[in-house]
Amino acid sequence: MRNPLSDVCVAIKPSGIRKFFDIASEMKDVISLGVGEPDFDTPQHIRDAGIYSLEKGRTFYTSNSGLKELRTEIGNYLNRKFGLEYDGEDEILVTVGGSEAIDIAIRAMVNPGDEVIIPQPCFVSYEPCALMAGAKPVVIELKAEDEFRLTAKQLREAITDRTKLLVLPFPNNPTGAIMERADLEAIAEVIREKDIYVLSDEIYSELTYKGKHVTIASLPGMRDRTILINGFSKAYAMTGWRLGYACGPRTILVQMRKLHQFAIMCAPTTSQYAAVEALRNGDEDVEQMCTSYNQRRRFLVNAFREMGLECFEPYGAFYIFPCIKEFNMTSEEFATRFLEEEKVALVPGSAFGDCGEGYLRVSYASSMENLKISMARLKHFITRLRAQ
Amino acid sequence: MREELLSIIETNSRIGLNELAVMLGVEEIDVANELAALEAEGVICGYHTLIDWEKTSLEKVTALIEVRVTPKSVHGYDEVAQRIYNYPEVNSVYLISGGFDLMVILEGKSLRAVAAFVSEKLATLDAVLSASTHFILKKYKDHGTILDQGPTDEREMITP
Repeated sequence: MRNPLSDVCVAIKPSGIRKFFDIASEMKDVISLGVGEPDFDTPQHIRDAGIYSLEKGRTFYTSNSGLKELRTEIGNYLNRKFGLEYDGEDEILVTVGGSEAIDIAIRAMVNPGDEVIIPQPCFVSYEPCALMAGAKPVVIELKAEDEFRLTAKQLREAITDRTKLLVLPFPNNPTGAIMERADLEAIAEVIREKDIYVLSDEIYSELTYKGKHVTIASLPGMRDRTILINGFSKAYAMTGWRLGYACGPRTILVQMRKLHQFAIMCAPTTSQYAAVEALRNGDEDVEQMCTSYNQRRRFLVNAFREMGLECFEPYGAFYIFPCIKEFNMTSEEFATRFLEEEKVALVPGSAFGDCGEGYLRVSYASSMENLKISMARLKHFITRLRAQ
Repeated sequence: MREELLSIIETNSRIGLNELAVMLGVEEIDVANELAALEAEGVICGYHTLIDWEKTSLEKVTALIEVRVTPKSVHGYDEVAQRIYNYPEVNSVYLISGGFDLMVILEGKSLRAVAAFVSEKLATLDAVLSASTHFILKKYKDHGTILDQGPTDEREMITP
């Protein structure tokens, strides 16, 4: 029989998280701080909107781009938050989570051999998406001493004649790093000068704990160079609804819509109705959740300091990224032993790129009670390691 | 900090100053001062414990009593309310809009004790026109806390 598989697909490494998940899921009574989604349920009024839409029999497809109502609300939201202007007609596309938007944005923009710059550590899907699109991923290793922010110098050094696109994932999963206005201005200058494009994944934009989130699309000359990706998963605790969106200049969005139309048809209708409600009446929910995350964030930063575990203070998302290099083991060894000996699951930093090695991703999308127990166990664990 | 502090201790009054300071990103002394001020201003009125009595061996009956009253000319409803809330078995008294005037929440040892309160103490007050008593059969949620449900986390253990 002939080989049924695509060489490009086979060459892609499976997600590093998967392996660790298999170990963790076989154990009992484990506290997991390895979860990349909110611990809150979707606010009830948003769930109700989804339920009502089903009761009213709204079980049809929507237009490829998504419900007009929803696109209008997304436009309003981006305008009131960031002063951005997108035409709901063909500059806003509702997708199946931010993940689909990442995939089709890259596919719509790169030609075989084009280089896509990916700052790591980062979310796991940019590199495989670039590879499947025939592009060459070029990794920039972000550094702890820069608080895992991307610097203009690093970007400049990574750009070649083949560079087409920069992936800009801030607030960042797994480091919790943010990019402030001045950081973005320096990046934007390079982008404009080198004539490349940006895929700005801002799925955690609402979860920012130092000033307000700034989007690179709002900087001079950047709107038409940026595909802005956001969604409902993290802000409104709607991960399971699978709903995100992409915005950008018409020329690119029209091509993305084509891919979306042929691969997906449209995002789930029920979720779209729920999302309309989220944007219209969800600000208070977001604020409450954000306040709660911030309290837990401060608790963890303090706990790591008290343990003497090196860690920069993260100001975004719901992750904190402590360094465990002093223990002379890989982050996977550390995480595996910690799981086996203390029954707490954390994700090895290496799952998010080679430069995540020596770090752990700790998610604070978990109750204060669980965080307290976990930190007591971690203290116990590292005290033992240091004594050896 | 005030509202955020209150919303934390509203559901956990036993939390330590140190922990509050960390969670709020301020100094311990600031938390202590703010709490003292809130107590002095009467914003914080007490630090109670939420108890699900159904899980104990003690018998308790809770009743909601809708009371219609004639307001007094000078003090309005306040005087009647005070007469009622002075009884130690009365848990809460609220002035209510709508079909009746006062909502009285009462905790008694037994159905008979509640009945005796209503007929002997409440109904005999001059200002009271009528009292309609409802007994609570089961408490599902009290003070924002679901009483009969352990925390369940159905999320996947590890996700990117």
